[in-house]
Parts: sequence; structure tokens; C-alpha cells
Amino acid sequence: MGKGVCVCQSEKFKQLEQIIAEQKGQPGSLIPVMHDAQELFGHLPLEVQAAIAEGLDVPLADVYGVATFYSKFTLQPKGKFQINVCMGTACYVKGSQLILDKLAEMLQISVGETTADGIFSLDATRCIGACGLAPVMTVNNQVYGQLTVESAEKIIQEYLLRARRDINANL
Amino acid sequence: MEKVTLTIDGRSVTVPKDYTVLKAAKQLNINIPTLCYLRDINQIGACRMCLVEVKGARSLQASCTLPVAEGMEVKTNTPLLRQTRKTILELILSDHNRECTTCVRSKNCELQSMARQFGIKDIYFKTKLSPSKVDDLSPSIVRDQSKCILCRRCIAVCHEVQGVGVIQATNRGFHTTVEPAFGLSLNEVACINCGQCIQACPVGALKEKDDTEKVWQALADPDKHVVVQTAPAVRIALGEEFGLPPGSLVTGKMVSALRLLGFDRVFDTDFSADLTIMEEGTELINRIQSGGKLPLITSCSPGWIKFLETYYPDMIDNLSTCKSPQQMMGAVIKTYYAQKAGVDPGQIYSVSIMPCTAKKYECERPEMNSSGYQDVDAVLTTRELAQMIQQVGIDFVNLEDGTFDSPLGESTGAAVIFGTTGGVMEAALRTVAEVLTGQEAENIEYHAVRGVEGIKEASIQIGDLHLKAAVAHGTGNARKLLDRIRSGEGDYHFVEVMACPGGCATGGGQPIHTATEKMSTDFRKVRGQALYEADGQLKLRKSHDNPEIKKIYEDFLEAPNSPKAHKLLHTHYNKRDLYPVNKCN
Repeated sequence: MGKGVCVCQSEKFKQLEQIIAEQKGQPGSLIPVMHDAQELFGHLPLEVQAAIAEGLDVPLADVYGVATFYSKFTLQPKGKFQINVCMGTACYVKGSQLILDKLAEMLQISVGETTADGIFSLDATRCIGACGLAPVMTVNNQVYGQLTVESAEKIIQEYLLRARRDINANL
Repeated sequence: MEKVTLTIDGRSVTVPKDYTVLKAAKQLNINIPTLCYLRDINQIGACRMCLVEVKGARSLQASCTLPVAEGMEVKTNTPLLRQTRKTILELILSDHNRECTTCVRSKNCELQSMARQFGIKDIYFKTKLSPSKVDDLSPSIVRDQSKCILCRRCIAVCHEVQGVGVIQATNRGFHTTVEPAFGLSLNEVACINCGQCIQACPVGALKEKDDTEKVWQALADPDKHVVVQTAPAVRIALGEEFGLPPGSLVTGKMVSALRLLGFDRVFDTDFSADLTIMEEGTELINRIQSGGKLPLITSCSPGWIKFLETYYPDMIDNLSTCKSPQQMMGAVIKTYYAQKAGVDPGQIYSVSIMPCTAKKYECERPEMNSSGYQDVDAVLTTRELAQMIQQVGIDFVNLEDGTFDSPLGESTGAAVIFGTTGGVMEAALRTVAEVLTGQEAENIEYHAVRGVEGIKEASIQIGDLHLKAAVAHGTGNARKLLDRIRSGEGDYHFVEVMACPGGCATGGGQPIHTATEKMSTDFRKVRGQALYEADGQLKLRKSHDNPEIKKIYEDFLEAPNSPKAHKLLHTHYNKRDLYPVNKCN
């Protein structure tokens, strides 16, 4: 945690306390609370998991066990643009691994990580049901099909330019 | 309980309706192989070794979770089952770090014996081992993931029995590992160092921090005066490491072995257990008479202390300020003994042999230095001592009986029973009753606080005082008892808690037995009984009758709870963080 105001004083933590208070004592409340917490924070860091453990009176190790078991939960903050490259059979045979490798190299992160500036996160995903367009990737909810290494790289470049424009506009 | 009759391997058996097939088979002396099963603790069908064929069932069934049913027909030994079990075993072995020759659990490993039992000669599944790590940051417990077979016995003990729950299965599929949250070290989370996970582990994935090398070095150093103390529960378990039956009392052989290893003085923690009773008994009387904080809760068990500091910090003031017998002895060795023997305390290297892994952590607590030095320098478990004895080639079983050195070697029966649940309570009552009434008590055995029931209660009439007492063992039971006290439902003067189920007799540092042995023997009972027998054989059975205790107060400590006694024999406690998170409040 950084210096200054403690994270547990933040507005989001107050909302989390509210979520916990509403669901506490209900059987099976752990996963719904974790789900809401991830919506709220974007990911489930130690401080958030500890607050859930304390609030629901379950061991922290159990919260962490659930968080790492289900792929929907993430411990890392996701980027503004979440890139998912499909590793389903059709996409894979059409070379999606090469695309994934190229994007990792271009963004200088490993699969599952987020860039230091918080703009991109990169993940491999299972079949998304768009095999006819293989190889496929998604950026947030936008689907891109019939990719090549070059076209995928170009698409991400455009997102990067867009992100930079947004940043400059806000300066 | 309603009974049902079923057939196992063509033989009929009638058992209560709530039995599992595994348990019913045991009645017929059929031992179905198991790895993840641990009686009363872990019955989850995870390892699949205990599969059986059930007539009419679509697939093979895990017998450890399968309830019996009327007319059920079970087969435990068929070609399909043998082949399936072998395949499962090979799959487990294919991702197990098979460095058996250098493993602490070699010859006492359930996986190793099972591989031998099944005649596994080659492993069909060739694979690279999963990435794994060793966590050796805790002063008590070392975790080696490369040996872990994901049976989850440690998880069940930590959660269900101890109510701690700092380890869990994380990630999924082939990436599953057992570890604390966020891959932290046991030393960074709210582990209480009890070592019950080590007792549960079928393989070498969990072991104590090995401190034998430090002790060997001290023994070899001519400038060091190396003294040793031995806890009550070591003497009834050490023999098991040398093939003697569980609960064999080997006090004399243990003392002789320690002399042969080269210790300059062999003292008995039982002496400081008597000292603890003098201090804690006095504290109890004072608190009752002066309206102090009650209930007074015992403080001999360092795992328990850490548990309360972490999980019930609001009750710190209920804890006795007495140090544990180990630490009292440590402080007395480097002051009283050093003066008497004319030895420079700076040259004393003080070792203790404990049935406990938390004691390793306790001796490193920063406040444990009232002698002006670290009071206890190294702690070895019963297992580590056995290893040292084996290393030297001592013929332990045929050793002559030795006797402890004076002046810290004399003890009473009250001290011996410290090693089992209820023992500290009983020892304290023997002294408190006589101090309060000024008369010799007729009956000094308090059977209400004996036995392995999780929480025991007793009311004892001592003169005008109607003393209410409670005993809990295993921190899971302690949690229940503390909740009762917190809510006002439980109202007591005096409470004894030991972190480990059964007390020190089955502590985390004691000889390890397999799940199969634990299925037929309750080691808490057998070893506890051995301690009560040892107590019964002694002439002196009350701490205040110990002549060396009288002498240490006359010559050195003045009186129980005197300022000097307080400085050396008492301590304080700290609230501990439950989560590894910095918080502003």
C-alpha cells in the first residue's frame, strides 16, 4: 500500500463494507461478495480479500483459494483495454499462439499481466464460439477475426494511440 | 443406532447405519488402502486409493465417503481395482519429488510404503515435476511443495481441528498447490506454529525446522557449557522412535542417551513445571482473593499463546503472566544454576527437548531474555532428539537408566502430568487446595479434568471456595470455550488450554504415526495414560512438596510472585495481526 490515506478509509472500502453487511450470515455468501468486490475494485488484492475474510468470518486462505480457483476472479488489476486471444482448437491451429506471443512481446508483459501504465492486459481465453472467424481476439467487448500477426499488432497500436489521445485530452 | 448388514468380499458384516464402507471393512480386518483419509479429520475421497466395486453402481466408489446400506455388496480386491489403484498411485508418484534417501520421512512415509505395498517398479507417466517451492521462514515448520500429494490432511487439521485455517488448496487442476494466501510464508500469516499439520502429513511435505546442527556445533565447542532440559511428554513418546510400544516410559534411558551425546548437565523441565505451579497457583489465589481478572487462563503452550494473541486479543489480560516451564527453566539455568555452578552464563548453551514445534518459536520471542541472554538457545523436537541418538549409533533400548542432575532435576507427579490435557489444571489444584485450606488434601486426583473429551468442566469445593474450572485442548475447542466465556455463558475461575489435541503428549514435535495406526490407536489416550501412571508411581505428587523447589525459593527467588520471581519467571503478551495487511486503525 502506498503512503497517505489508508486504502481502508476509501469510498470503495465503505461500499465493500456495505456489501458484506448485506450478505453476511447468508449461506454461500462468499462467492457473491467476492463477485461484487471484483466489480467494485476491478480485481481482488490482499487488502480486499482480508476485508472480506474479516467481514464474513472466513479464513483468508479460503478467500484466496476461491479467488485462484475460478478464472473469473483476478488478483491483478485489469487494463483499460482487456485483450483476450482465443486459444480454442480452431484459433490455435490457425496460429493464435503466434499472435499471443507477438502481443506479449509488443506490450512487454507476460500472459495474465497488465502493462505498467494500466492501459492493456493480456490473457489467453478458451473458445469463444467464433470459430468461423479464426483466429480471433477480443478487446473488451469488441471481436476481431481472421487475424494475422500483423493485423493484430496494428489493431493494438490503434488502441494505444486512442489511449494516448484520451490521456492528452484530459491533461 | 440402527444397524445395517452388507457383504464385503463375500463376508457379511453388520454395522451402525452411519458407518462408511471403509470403516465397515475395518471390522472384518480388511484394510482398504488410503492416503488422504485421516480418522475423524479428513474423509473427503480426494486421493481415490480407497475405491471399491459396489454391485449395481455405475462407477468405482470411494469407500471413505461411501455410507453403508442394507444389502450392499462390495468388493475390495478385484483385478480392476488393483489396476486402478496402481494407476492412481503412479500418477501421484509421477509428480512427487522422490528423493526418498534424503527425506526426513523415509521409512515413515505413507506414500513410500504404499508404493512398496503395490510393488510399483516403474512409473509409466514421465513428466517434469510441477514448479514448487520450499518455505523455511517459520522458526517451527518447513513446507516443501515438491513432496505434497494434495491429500489435504493438513488443511483439515488446520481448519477443522485447530480453527486456524492459514493454509488452503489454491489454483486448480495441475496447478493446485497447498499454501497460505497469496503464496506468503507460514511465518507471515496467522499460523500458531503448533505443527499439527506435520502430524497429519503422510509424506515429507511438512516437517519441523531442523535445529540439530546448531546443537551438534555447541556440543563440539569446548568453550560452551551445554545443558539440556526435557519436557514431560518426551519421556513417554521417545521410545516409539526406537520400536518400543506407544506410551513406554523411557525417562532413564533418555537421560543416559543425552549424557552420551555430550550434554554437560541434564535437567528436567518437570522441575520448572513444579515452579510454574507455584507461580501460577499463587497468581490464581491472588486473583480470586483480590478480585483480579478471571478466569485465569494457563500460559504453558506457546501455540495457544500465539492463538489468543492473534484471534482473541481482547482476552490477553486473562492469560497467566507465567512463562511456560521451558522458558522458566531457561531463565533459571542462566541465573540460579550459573551462580551455583560458578559458570559464566554467557558460556551456557541451553537446549530443550520438546514435544512441540511452537517452542522453537517461543524461545526466539524477543522478550524471552530475562537472564540477560536469550534464555533458551535451541529447541529440538522429540523426533530430532531421536535422530541425534540414531546418528551416534546409541543402542537406546538397552541403555541403563540415568538420573537427572541436581539442582534442576527433581520433580513431582504433578509436573509429569503437564504433558497431557488437564494435567496443568490437576497439578495446580493439588497445590492450590492445600495452600488455601492449610491442610493436606485426602484426594489429589481430579478425574473430572482427565480424558480426551474436547472441553471438560469441573466444580471443586476448596474450603469455602467453590472453584469452577474448564479445560480445552486443540485450539478449535479453545475457540468454542473462549466464545462461551466471552458471551458470559461460561463462568470459570481457572481455565487450562493446550494448543494441541491431547495436550503435549500428541504435540507437533512427537513421533509421527500413520493414518492406519491412528485408526486403531488413540495416541492421546495411550500416551496420556502413561503420564498418569508415571505420576502414580512417584512418592512426591504435589509441586509444593518438591524439595528443590523449596530450596530455590529459600536461596534465590524469595517467594512465589516476588519481584525477583516476576522478573525471571513472568512475561507479557502482545496483540498480533490476524491478516498480513497494514491498516490505519
